[in-house]
Amino acid sequence: MITREPVYTDAPATAWGGLWRMVLLGLADVGRLGVLTMQALAGMPLMLLSRRQRREWVRQMYQMGIKSLPVISVVGMFTGMILGLQVGLELRRFNQEIYIGSAVMVSLLREMGPFMTALILAACVGSSMAAQIGTMTVNDEVAALEIMSIDPVRFLMTPRMAAMVVMTPILSFYTCILGVIGGGIVGLTQLNVAWDQYITTAMDFARMRDLYVGLFKALIFGIVITGVSCYEGFTTRQGAVGVGQATRRSVITSFLLVLILGYIVTRMFYDL
Amino acid sequence: MIRFDHVTKQLGGRNVLDDLSFEVKKGEIFAIVGPSGTGKSVTLKHMVRLLTPTSGEVWVGDVEMSAVNGGELARARERFGYLFQGGALLGWMTVEENIALPLRERTRLTEAEIEERVMQALSAVGLERDGGKYPSEISGGMQKRAGLARAIIREPEIVLYDEPTSGLDPVTARTIDQLVRRLNEELGITSVVVTHDLQGALLIADRIAMLTGGRFVEVSPPKTFVATDQPDVRSFLDAQFISKKGLEGF
Repeated sequence: MITREPVYTDAPATAWGGLWRMVLLGLADVGRLGVLTMQALAGMPLMLLSRRQRREWVRQMYQMGIKSLPVISVVGMFTGMILGLQVGLELRRFNQEIYIGSAVMVSLLREMGPFMTALILAACVGSSMAAQIGTMTVNDEVAALEIMSIDPVRFLMTPRMAAMVVMTPILSFYTCILGVIGGGIVGLTQLNVAWDQYITTAMDFARMRDLYVGLFKALIFGIVITGVSCYEGFTTRQGAVGVGQATRRSVITSFLLVLILGYIVTRMFYDL
Repeated sequence: MIRFDHVTKQLGGRNVLDDLSFEVKKGEIFAIVGPSGTGKSVTLKHMVRLLTPTSGEVWVGDVEMSAVNGGELARARERFGYLFQGGALLGWMTVEENIALPLRERTRLTEAEIEERVMQALSAVGLERDGGKYPSEISGGMQKRAGLARAIIREPEIVLYDEPTSGLDPVTARTIDQLVRRLNEELGITSVVVTHDLQGALLIADRIAMLTGGRFVEVSPPKTFVATDQPDVRSFLDAQFISKKGLEGF
């Protein structure tokens, strides 16, 4: 049952009691979030069999991917430009500015591309998911689906999850390309690094492994953002105020998890 | 058909339902009335397991709704239609698509058969011309009627109505009442109606139950209900200007 009853507990007698209760409720939330995410992922093969669900999947990919392109383009380009400028200025002190291509490429592929993409998607797409599902929850639309014996996870969450699984790595790669172009523009206009020299050093230092790890990170971020946002939506209470709170919580939790998981995945693939 | 067996429901440390026991018979219209916040909607939500009792059992036929889960719960819920207070239509679908949704998702009917059934349901609730509109483009009353069409599209055995006439003008409210009665007579649907609208309940219900303090203080047919001396019922009737003669003046 996705429609959960509100949990009422007595006020704790001590501060430690309150802290302990917070920990327990937090762990319960993490558990439920994990189960919900797994249910949505497990529903993907069935989704592909249904024409209506496939159509919804494509619609979600358009909503999430194509509609996010303008903001992702700007962020990607300027991330590359900032990286190029900061790194280039330092490298110039050692007359090594020709290597800004490698620095920009590696940092974008490994970290900044997926990270910036995830932040934008959490803010734009995740918040909208939480608000939409939250509004449906407080308007009894999710309960109506349950009573019609239509699984809300399969019906609402799985197409969104599938769309994010596809679009986050693609958008992350797109961010990397625009970032590299942005870094190149800075190199060309402010550091006098020729375009082909910039591209050559960038390609020389880029490894396929960096690309794969970056795309894997983006995939994980996409799953986490969808899981958190839909979970917050499904657990929304108390009308319009609750929808606002759910949206806020979804963005904050997604940001934090993207940061933490970003470090964990990096640590897994790159030993010191 | 539906049986509550000593059901208690605690919400926020308060017994919203307190050892409630009653039975709704097959084919009857059972109305639950009472002041706001006394647990009428909570009672309805227990019938489809949107809420689970703190103690006691809820039975629908030979299925214990308060205990089933997963696929069994989904199958048990297929016996129900549920009209929510606000209609609960999906905002991004047209009225037609909303009504067709249970058929598209849970049956193997062809598109032609679905369209025919949807047109029948739309005409039953008087929305033939509004099927292509989105919920935000129609009035609250029309949304309720569309919600009702969706609730009955699969011809359920039981339909639960949560405030079907609240917020509607008197003419539309009576139209909905007549529709509930007609569904009951023509299709033999068992109906449970939660309402503040005592006039409507007196017109359509076979039995009326008054819920106060988590318990029924009166369960009786309309004529007996209006004639009772039970103080809670009496004050509720008086507040709606209904005398012991009932609705004779209407």
